[in-house]
Amino acid sequence: MSTIVIDPVTRIEGHLKIETVMEDGVVKETRSVGNLFRGLEVILKGRDPRDAQVITQRICGVCPQSHAVACSLALDSAFGIAGMIPNNARTIRNLIQGAHMVEDHILHFYHLAALDYVDIKAVEKYSGGDAALRSVRQFIEGAQLGPFMPRYEGDYRLPERISQQACAHYIEALEIRRTGEEMVSIFSGKIPHSVGIVPGGVTCTPTVDMITSFLWKLRKLQQFVNDIYLPDVLAVAGAYADYFEIGAGCQNYLSYGAYDLENGQADVTKRKRLFPQGVTSSELSVQPLDVSKISEEVTHSWYEDSPMPLHPSHGETMPRYGKEDAYSWVKAPRYDSKVYEVGPLARVAVAYAAGNPAIKSLVDSALKELGASPSALFSVMGRHLARAVSAKFIVDNLERWLLEIKPGEPTFVEYRLPDEGAGIGLTEAARGALGHWIEMKDKKISNYQCVVPTTWNASPRDKNGNPGPIEQAITGTRIRDRDNPFEIVRIVRSFDPCLACAIH
Amino acid sequence: MVSELPVIWLQGSTCTGCSISLLNSASPSIKNILIDQVVPGTHVNLRFHATLMAGAGEQALEVIQDTLARDRGGYVLVAEGAIPTKSDGVYGSIGERGGRPFSMKERLEELAAGSLAVLSVGTCASFGGIPAAYPNPTECRPVKWVLDMAGINKPLINIPGCPPHPDWVVNTIASILLRGLPGPSELDDNLRPLAFYGKLVHENCPRRAYFDEFKFAKKPGDEGCLYELGCKGPITYADCPTRRWNNGTNWVIGAGAPCNGCTQPEFPDLTSPFYEKLPETVFPVPKAAGITPEERK
Repeated sequence: MSTIVIDPVTRIEGHLKIETVMEDGVVKETRSVGNLFRGLEVILKGRDPRDAQVITQRICGVCPQSHAVACSLALDSAFGIAGMIPNNARTIRNLIQGAHMVEDHILHFYHLAALDYVDIKAVEKYSGGDAALRSVRQFIEGAQLGPFMPRYEGDYRLPERISQQACAHYIEALEIRRTGEEMVSIFSGKIPHSVGIVPGGVTCTPTVDMITSFLWKLRKLQQFVNDIYLPDVLAVAGAYADYFEIGAGCQNYLSYGAYDLENGQADVTKRKRLFPQGVTSSELSVQPLDVSKISEEVTHSWYEDSPMPLHPSHGETMPRYGKEDAYSWVKAPRYDSKVYEVGPLARVAVAYAAGNPAIKSLVDSALKELGASPSALFSVMGRHLARAVSAKFIVDNLERWLLEIKPGEPTFVEYRLPDEGAGIGLTEAARGALGHWIEMKDKKISNYQCVVPTTWNASPRDKNGNPGPIEQAITGTRIRDRDNPFEIVRIVRSFDPCLACAIH
Repeated sequence: MVSELPVIWLQGSTCTGCSISLLNSASPSIKNILIDQVVPGTHVNLRFHATLMAGAGEQALEVIQDTLARDRGGYVLVAEGAIPTKSDGVYGSIGERGGRPFSMKERLEELAAGSLAVLSVGTCASFGGIPAAYPNPTECRPVKWVLDMAGINKPLINIPGCPPHPDWVVNTIASILLRGLPGPSELDDNLRPLAFYGKLVHENCPRRAYFDEFKFAKKPGDEGCLYELGCKGPITYADCPTRRWNNGTNWVIGAGAPCNGCTQPEFPDLTSPFYEKLPETVFPVPKAAGITPEERK
């Protein structure tokens, strides 16, 4: 038996190590190891609850918006104002989160994942007139190829012309994702770490010029998703069709749902949302989410053991490096004691299983084009496809929401900070189900727990020895060339992991 | 002949927000920075950046070792994130050495010792920032603190901000390429370039006139100065009001939210509660034209 260790896994957020044990060229065992603990839940204790909005965004610089949303939902409920958020505020929160999620999906496909499939060296032979590609050719001729070399070699399958085009799109995507960030900034001040989403609503005062500016950036974003992102995913999926057959993993999927579509409902588990809330499996029958079934285990994580797995509303974070049998800073969230994957695939699978017509039509037409069945979704390529479908579904709804904003009407509901309270905030980050739980006493935070998408996906084994979703997705995979273990990094990256989020 | 400036970008105890902010650079664009000559005649060769680089694992770490061997004293080290120092740095590691995790602290020390200069990008690297907030569970320290303790003396510039504006990072590098390392008169006491951190947010704030007129917003969305909603602009050095963020789209106070002082060494413990008024002992409210509105009546 031999091992393959990849540390650091690059082109993800944060510090992740993957260790595998190999037997006859097949992965027999996998460990996903989170390598950085910061302790934000410890830092939050004793602070003014409103400050959690600022501090929890610093869990992640890639998806701070989703933490701002989850935190503000948790604070809305702790402050007793969750049913009083004005229509404008709900809409603007959705626009901020939506623009951000779409650009985040684009960032993932082009700048984090694509270099596993696209050969930048194909541009060396480019002879056309595109200025960006000519500058890339010149860059390659300069032979100083950081950060694009070295890389794994031996499995770049796209035809030269498609690879060249994909490189042009890599560059275009840099501009487009920046445009997406500008859309966020219009309503939220700046990004990363924006300021506009707060308990009670939003801080900005919407005006017609903000709406118009957002609209025309949105058109660019929408055009990119429709004309470039989705077709590129289909092209890569066509050339790497065998990746519809690997990396399935646990095949249980959980989504909190996202983008509130109604006002006045205080309970976040009962709100009508664009993406529905629920749990499903590869069988595609949907069950309602029962929040009480969520727990976090630390048997194999570097934290003090608790007598039983804890629900996040009374979760603990007490680091203990070097604990016997522990190997990661990531905790192990479980639903009903079982392993669940979260992310765009889970969002799309739950919506598909729930019969959402738009999602069904998007998924079915993509699968038809690829000649694949719905079961192909549960794979490496399925995750990329679901992400692109998620981006399109969101981007197609933003214009309608934008035009619902009524300048001059309220964006914020005033509140008195209560002495005590507890709150829950559930939403979806780009990478999946995101939950914040707060408890406050004497107007201060007495406990704050976050269960973040990659906490689920990169989790280590639980008390029953069940490996986490990424671990399960890798185990059983045949590695063609152990010096260039493409399969492992392609599986890991299909989850779009964020380790700063996972551990926080 | 194009000269190459090798850059190693090391991430410690960070959220990657500083890197994402860099991707938002508008002029030059991130494409210009990675591919083109960022200033005529010089190409920035970003050899190691874990979020962007193609290679992984050992192959990626070899890039670091290779740079240490071939370009000693010739590369710029960009450090993003604070450095966990508790229990010999077991709270954060990058790769392994000698069969055990190689801590961020060890990696920083090794890379800094071989560098031409160190840029501490972001408030965590510059001053400790969020992970170093009370009770500082992993004893996170600023980059300069770690280097001072290890006796490593290299030119070092702090570019704080949570995250820093991409212009602050890119133009600090451009300035080094065009004019060499900054002299002492070009940095403030916290080693921040005065070009970007020379004035208080409050000095250039478009809502300053409200402050001078004692017109204060009472809740988000109100007209008026955000001082009573907790704005830390009066104690925060940064050019946000004039530079604005995300390609000049907006900025914090433009969105009706108070500045939280994120470029300051005091962030976050001493600039919070973020939504409570600064104590007047920190910032005495000057009387506009010598009289208050009450006195005017």
